[in-house]
Amino acid sequence: MSHLLREHAPITEAGWSLIDDEARKRLTPALAARKLVDFAGPHGWEHSATNLGRTRALADAPVDGVTAAQRRVQAVVELRAPLSLARAELRDADRGADDADLGPLDEAAHRIATAENRAVFHGWDAAGIAGIAEASTQDPIELGEDCQHYPRHVARAVEALLRAGIDGPYGLALGPEAYTRVLETTEHGGYPLFDHLRKIIGGPLVWAPGVQGAVVVSQRGGDFVLEVGEDLSIGYDRHDADAVDLYLVESFTFRVVTSDAAVALTP
Amino acid sequence: MGFDQYHEPADELPDTTRTFARLCASLTEEAEAIGWYEQRLAVEPERQARAIMRDAQGEEFKHFCMDLEFLLRRTPLWREIAEGILFQEGDIVEHGEEAEEEAVEGAAARGAPLAGSTSLGIGSLRGAAS
Repeated sequence: MSHLLREHAPITEAGWSLIDDEARKRLTPALAARKLVDFAGPHGWEHSATNLGRTRALADAPVDGVTAAQRRVQAVVELRAPLSLARAELRDADRGADDADLGPLDEAAHRIATAENRAVFHGWDAAGIAGIAEASTQDPIELGEDCQHYPRHVARAVEALLRAGIDGPYGLALGPEAYTRVLETTEHGGYPLFDHLRKIIGGPLVWAPGVQGAVVVSQRGGDFVLEVGEDLSIGYDRHDADAVDLYLVESFTFRVVTSDAAVALTP
Repeated sequence: MGFDQYHEPADELPDTTRTFARLCASLTEEAEAIGWYEQRLAVEPERQARAIMRDAQGEEFKHFCMDLEFLLRRTPLWREIAEGILFQEGDIVEHGEEAEEEAVEGAAARGAPLAGSTSLGIGSLRGAAS
């Protein structure tokens, strides 16, 4: 039995299938970072840290005449989003109901995807993760709210990357507000702004909950690595007569390998 | 009563693995039955008996294919390798080697789940965005 304890849940095989399918459907649109950065793993629940290949010198050694250095690693973090499902809804699904209320699962999926995006793009101090936007050595560009100017800002970001020798294509992670503005906008002549931005970056344009403003990132590979231990999974916590408590969980860390391979577009 | 399809203690196996093992056992039985009917047809001279056995073998073809499709739907890597081999013209061994190499390397790049994992199997979504 795995650490997820799924076998202990009062949930039928069909119920688990329904829950897992619903989670995949809700997670996939929101997992923006996985659409733009390299993915390493999954290495499993037992995986605890990534080798950085670096050391730090230790001032003391056990005896005189030797020097000491300690290996540096980047520890993975565990993200967990709890949720509670009504057992009556799961029983209805077992009877064939195709409209079971899985709202709490949908909300948890959005929360954990947003957290993963935020850690990747904006960092997470407590977890020792430097985000793409904060780690970038490129000057940030103000995005603003007037999206008629977005093509100019994105083109400036692309030009900065080219100048640094970072070849395309590029990807664009847009925070929800900026994404909505882009979708709503057509330029002079009726040309959709979305398509114009896609032509400038030459790569994917992604809806990215958790991102503030936008980030232009290299898509050539090898610049940003999301390293995953346990990939997103659903585990069992406890239940009573009315509800079963589950959780979405993953373990990961994130590294910026090339700090000038992205440009932050601030809100 | 034996439960030969289980290689490990059944009560330690998750439901999905037990179902998988049952369908693997069923697939084996259908393949055996296809082979038995083939042998019977090779030696049976009576026309009506041959017609019945050919009809029965057709049923086994169908059962075998349904079992196989079920297992492939549950096992994306197996499915990907099968797609590179089944219904292809040319050298079967060559297709097999190529399909395995491409599928295994592709699965690693996509972050396919570890064997036995009950994760959601999402992995990398590179290439999934517009």
